[in-house]
This record gives sequence, structure tokens and C-alpha cells, in this order.
Amino acid sequence: MQTSKLAQSGFRTESKPEQNHSTSSDVTHLQAQHIQAWFGHFHAIKDVSIDIHRHKVTAFIGPSGCGKTTLLRCFNRMHELVPSARVEGQIIFDGVNIYDRSIDPVEVRRRIGMVFQKPNPFPTMSIYDNAVAGLRLSGIRQRRKLDEIAERTLHRAALWEEVKDKLHQSSGASLSGGQQQWLCIARTLALNPEIVLMDEPCSALDPMATAKIEDLITELKEDYTVVIVTHNMQQAARVSDFTAFMYLGELIEFGTTKKIFETPDKRETEDYITGKFG
Amino acid sequence: MTSSFSLSQNRRRWTNYAMHGLVIGATALALTPLVLIFIYLIMKGAGALNWDFFTQPVGSGDGVANAILGTATLVGLASCIGIPVGLLSGLYLSEYGRTTKFGTILRFFTDVLNSTPSIVVGVFGFAFIVIPTKHFSALAGAVALSILMIPIITRSTEEIALLVPNSLREAGLALGLPRWRVILWIVARTARAGIVTGILLSVARVAGESAPLLLTALGNLWWNRNLNEPIAALPVQIYNYATSPFPKLWDQAWGAALVLVGLVALTSLLARVISHREQLR
Repeated sequence: MQTSKLAQSGFRTESKPEQNHSTSSDVTHLQAQHIQAWFGHFHAIKDVSIDIHRHKVTAFIGPSGCGKTTLLRCFNRMHELVPSARVEGQIIFDGVNIYDRSIDPVEVRRRIGMVFQKPNPFPTMSIYDNAVAGLRLSGIRQRRKLDEIAERTLHRAALWEEVKDKLHQSSGASLSGGQQQWLCIARTLALNPEIVLMDEPCSALDPMATAKIEDLITELKEDYTVVIVTHNMQQAARVSDFTAFMYLGELIEFGTTKKIFETPDKRETEDYITGKFG
Repeated sequence: MTSSFSLSQNRRRWTNYAMHGLVIGATALALTPLVLIFIYLIMKGAGALNWDFFTQPVGSGDGVANAILGTATLVGLASCIGIPVGLLSGLYLSEYGRTTKFGTILRFFTDVLNSTPSIVVGVFGFAFIVIPTKHFSALAGAVALSILMIPIITRSTEEIALLVPNSLREAGLALGLPRWRVILWIVARTARAGIVTGILLSVARVAGESAPLLLTALGNLWWNRNLNEPIAALPVQIYNYATSPFPKLWDQAWGAALVLVGLVALTSLLARVISHREQLR
């Protein structure tokens, strides 16, 4: 079976400390090695290598079209879903290359969750069903367990108080934009992934909702590794520990957020941060 | 009040009235035949309806009970074959066969089948089921009807599933769901209302078919006790009665036609109510 093979190869976190010998992989949760990605003939990502640190928030910034969303989608094998899309290179997650032929992308996505730019709750499902959709559709049926996880994750996403009286009656699409996005975050957290990828999660939200999600991101890094793509530099400065600046498909500079925003090494980074272009 | 501003506004208002009237007129025109048919059916057919009409078989001369049950049986059996095949083919075309060669070929032949005259489907049933088995049967009739249902359901399901936003598919996949679950539980569920409409259209269409049944189910004066034997159906009975020389049977034909229209309307209503009840606020 696929799962057992993955478990044997050290793909599971539980077996990680024994399997990983180098000290760097204790801090590195996900490591991209020479990632290249294409849409048809368009070369969207050009040889990007980066280490994503465990229990930290890493932000990707850069002008529109620089490839930050594409790179994020390579991290959980969502990029390849686009017809004509192609990826080369390796992404090492807990010691295993997720692009290895023996790896099932379905399991990668279960362990590396994703929140999208536009809130996309399932419109025909109730709030409750949305929250537990990933669990239920992957075969968990015990009512008590689902109830418990639904309550816990909706609490976690700061949505419980607002929806607890209409969990089963209201559709996920009946909520406001901000609430829909929290529901989508809750839906992702319900699967208890190890890494949460967020693709401009606040770009469709008002400032209040944005602030609430930023607080949530800071809380999340206690338990998860968070990678966030944002076109809002202030947001990157507020929430992230590390920042990566991308431009025209290349990773220009990567470092602690403090360093990138205060003393960047590269000219392009400084120009972008200070608003000279982009 | 003679500025060009109010002038153009006036013109726009009149154009709006004219167009509004045109749309209402066209709708009324389209609905007129429907209403007339209903009124005529009730006037002509209501007189034939009585207890015997709904309880006695055709052979007794007083009722069409076996034809009502026959139509229900045929449509039910045809649905058992046609709905799963049509639904899955439609989902295949929208989810896997959008740009593939096989998908394009399948789509083309589905359209050809959709426009095939129903009598041809009857001939097919006759040649491939009735002749080899050496007898007319309810099963042959159901197969013929299901062949008519499949392309309707396939194409309507495909069109509706294509309207489901891709972001929902991605949301499902990002939750670590296998693709087949995303298709069955997210795409099909989101498109449910439209899929149900397509299925109802196909049911209504085949419930009124007589030509393919004449060559497959044949018709029966009495109750059908075995699906391998001929079975009565309302459209066939209407045809037989209407072409008979006896005025009493003409009345029975009107009655049967009224019952058929009523049954189709009732089925649609029922399916809508059930489908609607499950919908969330």
C-alpha cells in the first residue's frame, strides 16, 4: 500500500528524528531544490532553491506575475493540476522528495494544506459539512469525532461563536467574505496538516477581517509551519519570520524578515521594498 | 424640459417599454399552445376518468391500469440503466474528456444519438433484442428507452458540471481528496439542481415515446407478469385507441393522454420538491 511505503520511507513526522541525521533538517521543514515550473512554454519558475523553516511563517513577496503563487502551488503538487503545467526539481519534505514517483500527491496535499486567495467554501454543504469535508470525504464517519473536530477547528479559526447556532442549517456560501475565508482555514486545519500554505488569503477581505487572519497566522505557527504569499509588504513585515523576494520567476533574496526589510543585500529587493517598482 | 438629457431619457424609457412588451408577448405566444393543449385534454379526457379506468386492464375495455403500470415499469427500468450511464458519461466528458480526442469523439456521437429519430432506436431494439430472444418484451422496451435517455442526460450533465467553478475542484483536491471523490461529492453535488433537471427532461421525453415501444415492448391487453413478455404502455395505448374505429375508445385515448401528462407533471414536481428540500439556506 502507498501509505505504508510512505511511512517506511520516513515520510511521516513521527519517525523523523531518527531518520534525519543532519541538524539542519530539524529546522528545515520543506526544502525546494532547483525547482523549475512551466505553463506550456512559459517558464514561470526559474531554478528556485529555498528552505522553509519549521514552526515559522515564511512570506513570499514580489510583483504580480513573479511566480510566487506558482511556487506555492508546487509545494503541495497543485501546480501539476493545470493542463500543460510541468515541474522539475525536488521538494524534500521530511526527508522525502514529494515529486518522487512512488509518492501519492493526494497524501502530500493532506499533509500540506492550502488556503486560496478567493474564499471557496463548498456552496451546497452546510457550515459543519464544510468544516469536516476533508475528513468525511476521506472516510472518517464517527459522528462524535467529527463533531469534536468541527468545534475545535471552528474555535481555532475564531468562527465558532458566530456560527454555532446555524452549523447545519446554513450553507457555507451564506457567510460574509471574511467568515468564508475563516471557514476555509478551519476546513484546512481540520485535517491537521503539518504545513499550511496560504495564497494571498486576505486580498479579498476588508481590513478588520485581514487583521483577524493575521492574528490567526501568528497563533498557527505554534503548531504548524506557515507559508504565505502576499502582495502586501506591510503584511509580510507584520506576520512573517522569513521573507523571500521573487522577481520574474527567480528567487532574488531570502532571509529573516528583519534583514530583508531593513538591510537587503540586493538592489532589486531594496527597490521593491521602498516602492521604486512593482 | 427640452434639454437633450431628458430627450434621450424619454427615448430610452419607450425603448424599454417596447422591449418589455415584446418579451412578454413572445412568452405568452410560446405558452398559448401549451395552455390550449391542457384545456383541450381536460375537456376531452376528464370524462373518461373513473374508478375502473385506473383499476381495470385494457383487455376489459374499461380501463388502462396495466398501461399506467407498464409505463411506470418501462420508465423505471430505463432510468435504472440510463441515469447511471448518462450521469457518469456526462461527468467523464466534463472532468476528463474536455480536450481529449476520445472525449471529442464521444461528445460527437452523443450528439448524433441525441438527434436520432426514436423509431430508429426502436428498430435497433427490435433487431438486437427482439429477434435474438424471439419475443417482444418489457426489457427490450426499457433498453430502447434508456438509449434515448442516455444522450440527453450525458450532455445536460456535462454542460452543468462545466459551470462548477474550478476553484471548488481545487479546494477539494487541496484537502487531499482523490479526484473521483472530488467529482462525485463536490462537482456532482454542486451541479445537482441542473443534473436533476436534465434527468427529468429525459424521463418526460421517454415517458411519451410510442414509436420505439411498438417495435420492442409491443403492448399488452392484460397485466404483465414477466419482464420477458410484452408490456402495455400509455403512449402505445393512446395510439392504438386513437386509430381504432370506436368512439368509446377515442374517449379512452383522451383519458389516457390526460393521465400521461399528469403523471409526467407529477414526477417532475416530486423530484423538484425532494431536490429542493435538501437545499440549504
